[in-house]
Amino acid sequence: MFKNMMSWIEYRLPFMDKLNLHVVQYPAPKNFNFWYFFGSLAIVVLINQIVTGIWLTMSYEPSAEGAFASIEYIMRDVEYGWLLRYMHSTGASAFFVVVYLHMLRGMMYGSYQKPRELLWIFGMLIFLVLMAEAFMGYMLPWGQMSYWGAQVIISIFGVIPFIGDDLTLWIRGDYVISGATLNRFFALHVIALPLVLVVLVFLHIMALHEVGSNNPDGIDIKRDNDGTVELTEADKKFTFHQYFTRGGKKVIVDAIPFHPYYTVKDLVGLAGFLFIFAFVIFFMPEGGGFFLEPPNFEVANPMKTPDHIAPVWYFTPFYAILRAIPDPLFGAIAMFASIIALALLPWIDRGKVRSVRYRSELHRWNLVMFCVSFVVLGVLGVLPATPTYTILSQIFSFTYFAFFGLLWVYSKNEKTKPLPVRLT
Amino acid sequence: MSNAPVDHGRRRFLTIATSVVGGVGAVGVAVPFIASWSPSERAKQAGAAVSADISKLELGQLIRVEWRGRPVWIVKRTEEMLAQLADTENRLRDPGSEVPQQPAYAQNRHRSIKPEIFVAVGICTHLGCSPTYLPSDFAGQVEGINSGFFCPCHGSRFDMAGRVFQNVPAPTNLVIPPYMFVDDGTILIGEDEGTA
Repeated sequence: MFKNMMSWIEYRLPFMDKLNLHVVQYPAPKNFNFWYFFGSLAIVVLINQIVTGIWLTMSYEPSAEGAFASIEYIMRDVEYGWLLRYMHSTGASAFFVVVYLHMLRGMMYGSYQKPRELLWIFGMLIFLVLMAEAFMGYMLPWGQMSYWGAQVIISIFGVIPFIGDDLTLWIRGDYVISGATLNRFFALHVIALPLVLVVLVFLHIMALHEVGSNNPDGIDIKRDNDGTVELTEADKKFTFHQYFTRGGKKVIVDAIPFHPYYTVKDLVGLAGFLFIFAFVIFFMPEGGGFFLEPPNFEVANPMKTPDHIAPVWYFTPFYAILRAIPDPLFGAIAMFASIIALALLPWIDRGKVRSVRYRSELHRWNLVMFCVSFVVLGVLGVLPATPTYTILSQIFSFTYFAFFGLLWVYSKNEKTKPLPVRLT
Repeated sequence: MSNAPVDHGRRRFLTIATSVVGGVGAVGVAVPFIASWSPSERAKQAGAAVSADISKLELGQLIRVEWRGRPVWIVKRTEEMLAQLADTENRLRDPGSEVPQQPAYAQNRHRSIKPEIFVAVGICTHLGCSPTYLPSDFAGQVEGINSGFFCPCHGSRFDMAGRVFQNVPAPTNLVIPPYMFVDDGTILIGEDEGTA
């Protein structure tokens, strides 16, 4: 009976076949390490954001008059409203933590290199939409930092020659940030951008499954079936979906099915993640003033600027680059360039060896320099702009961009180590 | 179903014509969506000119009025403040107010219609924060100058005519809004003889 029903469905929509293709018979390299937790964690956080977000909109009031009070209402009067809100606000920061680590993984193991350029581009688009989503979401509580942070970010568009002033007027829908701005940001935050985000995540995963996952060794697990590939006992143990073997034209080595092997492994990662996530939610929901900034506990006041405006921590590396350059137009250009440069990595890196394990010492240290620059810029972005900090911001903005310049130069004729034949 | 040979010219024409008409339709449909983001009639109404009573303004006092949701400062400057405007000039980025940040009638050293009454939009020209008025302890920011405006966000400094000092993030002087004196004690912000 059940079997008949299943085959009835399968004939009309091959659900089990797609499940096998993408999960049960999907070949994943057997050597995924710690760094491979963050893709699945990002999906978990996305689901957390969507579910808690839907519940928050049930009590939130998107208007300049009511927004701040409705957040207080959620925090004090709505049953478990505080928990839903802290899950959402902590989730926003957690999203950026896992996405930044996910991106670093891609950079370490060359996961953006051919043939995964499009996969990387989709990832960068997700990152951009995520930043827009986070920025608009941070405005919704209508606190002082919501208001003045938005003021700073929107005025970045005002530096564009000729159309800047009209563009900012159009974005705000008023001569200043007002309820009109809040309402449209609410609409974008809860409907438009989440839809875009979900579509992009789908495309990201489809693009991943087409080219296959990279791995810490950066070598391919799908080989041409020309009779020279020696299969081990372990290789013969699993059957993978015929889509990946291309009807026998390819053989797959050192792979294991995504399910149950990596679903179980990712569960371990999830448990570790939830341990930290729950700790933050219950014991430090404001994240030491970095997840929810103190001025945001005061209602937005257009007549009074807080003493020190700092964006939320996940924007600060880019904000520090913006501030490092005295001219606002060039500052904005440099900030956008710092993100565009990441998106162009597949073409900036002209190397053939993917993983940092087999690349030159120079590359290893260049990557270290990039990470240090990113973190230091992140710290500088929350500090006030004193002359010393401005000079430091300029130095580390330079080293941030120098990573890409150096990479382009040395990757052409890089002295790399010999690659292993099989995964290690 | 006819078995006549395919007329490729006709097919191409129909394809292009359909695409063009569809494209025009898509652009037409986009208009209301894009235009609806512009300020509404209500927002434009709220952006109208505001008047302020300055008859009781004391020397050195700053009052704020809200115009288009932005703080507009009205300061009655003292003789000392006006005298020091000459001392700052070698340290300013744009002492002559060459950049059009003010109506033509405010392009002078004191950047105002009446020398003592200073009117400016209290928003830093860097990234939109509101600078702090330091009527007597500005010397800590700029040596030898007793009063001015200091932006707490990124450290920009302005003199008592809203002119920006060198080596700060703000690129230009503070904006002077259009304004006019209705009578000796009343000022109208957002409208002047030219626009009224």
